[in-house]
Amino acid sequence: MTARNIYRKTLNNVMLSVTALCALVTVSTLFVVLAYLVYNGASSVNLDFFLKLPRATGETGGGMANAILGSAEIVGFATLIGVPIGFFTGVYLSEWGGQGVFSFIVRYMCDLLNGVPSIVIGIFAWTVIVRPMHHFSALAGGFALSLILIPITAKSTEQFLAEVPRALREGSLALGATKWRTIASVVVPAARKGIMTGIILGVARISGESAPLLFTSLNNEYWSSGLSEPTASLPYMIYTRAISPYDDWHRQTWAAGLVLLGLVLVANIAARLILTRGSSSARG
Amino acid sequence: MSSSAAVQPQMGKSPVSEISRRLRGGDEVAWLITLLFSISVLLVTALLVWELWVGSEPSRAKSGFSFLTSKLWNPVTDEFGAYPFIYGTIVTSVLALAIAVPTGVGAAIYLSELATGKWSDSLTFLVELLAAVPSVIFGLLAMFTLVPMMRETIGPAIKSVFGSLPLFSGPVYGVGYFTAGLVMAIMIFPYIISVSREALMSVPREQREAALALGATKWESTWQIVVPYARLGIIGSVFLAFARALGETMAVTMVIGNDPSVHASLFAPGYTIAAVIANEFTEATGKVYPAALVELGLVLFVLTFILNGLARLLILITTQKGSARA
Repeated sequence: MTARNIYRKTLNNVMLSVTALCALVTVSTLFVVLAYLVYNGASSVNLDFFLKLPRATGETGGGMANAILGSAEIVGFATLIGVPIGFFTGVYLSEWGGQGVFSFIVRYMCDLLNGVPSIVIGIFAWTVIVRPMHHFSALAGGFALSLILIPITAKSTEQFLAEVPRALREGSLALGATKWRTIASVVVPAARKGIMTGIILGVARISGESAPLLFTSLNNEYWSSGLSEPTASLPYMIYTRAISPYDDWHRQTWAAGLVLLGLVLVANIAARLILTRGSSSARG
Repeated sequence: MSSSAAVQPQMGKSPVSEISRRLRGGDEVAWLITLLFSISVLLVTALLVWELWVGSEPSRAKSGFSFLTSKLWNPVTDEFGAYPFIYGTIVTSVLALAIAVPTGVGAAIYLSELATGKWSDSLTFLVELLAAVPSVIFGLLAMFTLVPMMRETIGPAIKSVFGSLPLFSGPVYGVGYFTAGLVMAIMIFPYIISVSREALMSVPREQREAALALGATKWESTWQIVVPYARLGIIGSVFLAFARALGETMAVTMVIGNDPSVHASLFAPGYTIAAVIANEFTEATGKVYPAALVELGLVLFVLTFILNGLARLLILITTQKGSARA
């Protein structure tokens, strides 16, 4: 073997190992994040954390029950607005839109909305809801999060509807069903697993968002009395606790981080399972 | 003529039954409903751009284009210059790309060229999970681990080697451009990896086989044939990641140091556009102050808009090229 070939062989082995190392480094960050949160937060995730209100600074104990409920409220409200709009937009794009100018513009706007930094969405929600109402509210937070959810849902709905085979639609139309009947009882059910996956991923994504909540739903140390009140949320709690100087608050922020990450990861894994089961049963 | 005259009065007589007939058919109704929802997406996006434009009016009227170049940010005297934030945003994002692009592309090469089937899919899924980790959690971890590590070990180590360069001069506070860039790098890995992997995987098999048949090693075939073939998609992934990095808020806000001035040293505390909006928006009073923050939002929007547009174009070109030939 010539020196040149030895060099090439060595370079081959070295560089291929380097790429494997890159993959290892990137994937391992996920485990580092998870392990560190479990290490710091696991001992503080107890019944109090889920059932009690935060205590004043200096007192130990207490929980984040209001933030958990508040997150559920805000995300629930965002889902109620965002999912229908996203879903029907996806249906329109896939079933009626075709390649026309109008659907091109709608697709483009969805991509545009998807790319808007979440903090800018927060500014927008502040200008259209918080400013006219003169106070922060869960409503404004939910509105901001729904704007993030809409393009995600629309995109995945369109994509999964487009994958439904033509033959299914034609079969239904040939039996005399109208177009909307075909869509509602044949096309959408055939794509339901994909659509569900898209929605779950979208909801998981907005549950972790804190930037759009900073000046929409703000925070609340107590139970919020309604959708039009400032409302605590888990991501925002994590932020305020983390930048505070109190040790007991740090202990709680780790617990909150662990709970939030746990929820998000479980949702992502569940979505993945739904999708893989869906595709295998469709083939079988 | 006579037949239409016969039909006309019938329809005129019972608009209710006509509507109910259409409702029973339902196609127009369903079409109209979905169309209305699509229009609402258009309207809300247009309204977003409009509100940013109108909301920043007082600030644009006062400063004009000098807003972008002025270095002074002093809310007390109503002087607003965005330069320190634009500088901080660009520096941290470029630093993040400098770290994440080589590593991410390397990982993408491994996932598409070396790892096989299920193994590659599972690793890619883990990378996608990394994308799902909320920003505030990265910030939390960075505050309590990366910041002290930077101050005590990594920073001094880099300084002992490159300390003479202005880029690494001055004291290491822990918080600052470098730490923020590092956290951002971890957060944009998934975008670079999953898009680059797609681009690499859409390179036709024949390209690899031809190179290998000519005696190239696996690395030579990958680096000289496959990667150049997929380059537009890879560059697209970089733009996409760049746009994400620019808009990144929470994690950066927690570790950037919040200092509205321009520093040459990467170890110095700085500020980014997203971070200053996050920190000051609720406290902004008066007329010009909030408008200046909205204008910063507008600048951020325009930057990400351009980068996302370029990214989508490049990704579209590569994936279409690949599938056309495959």
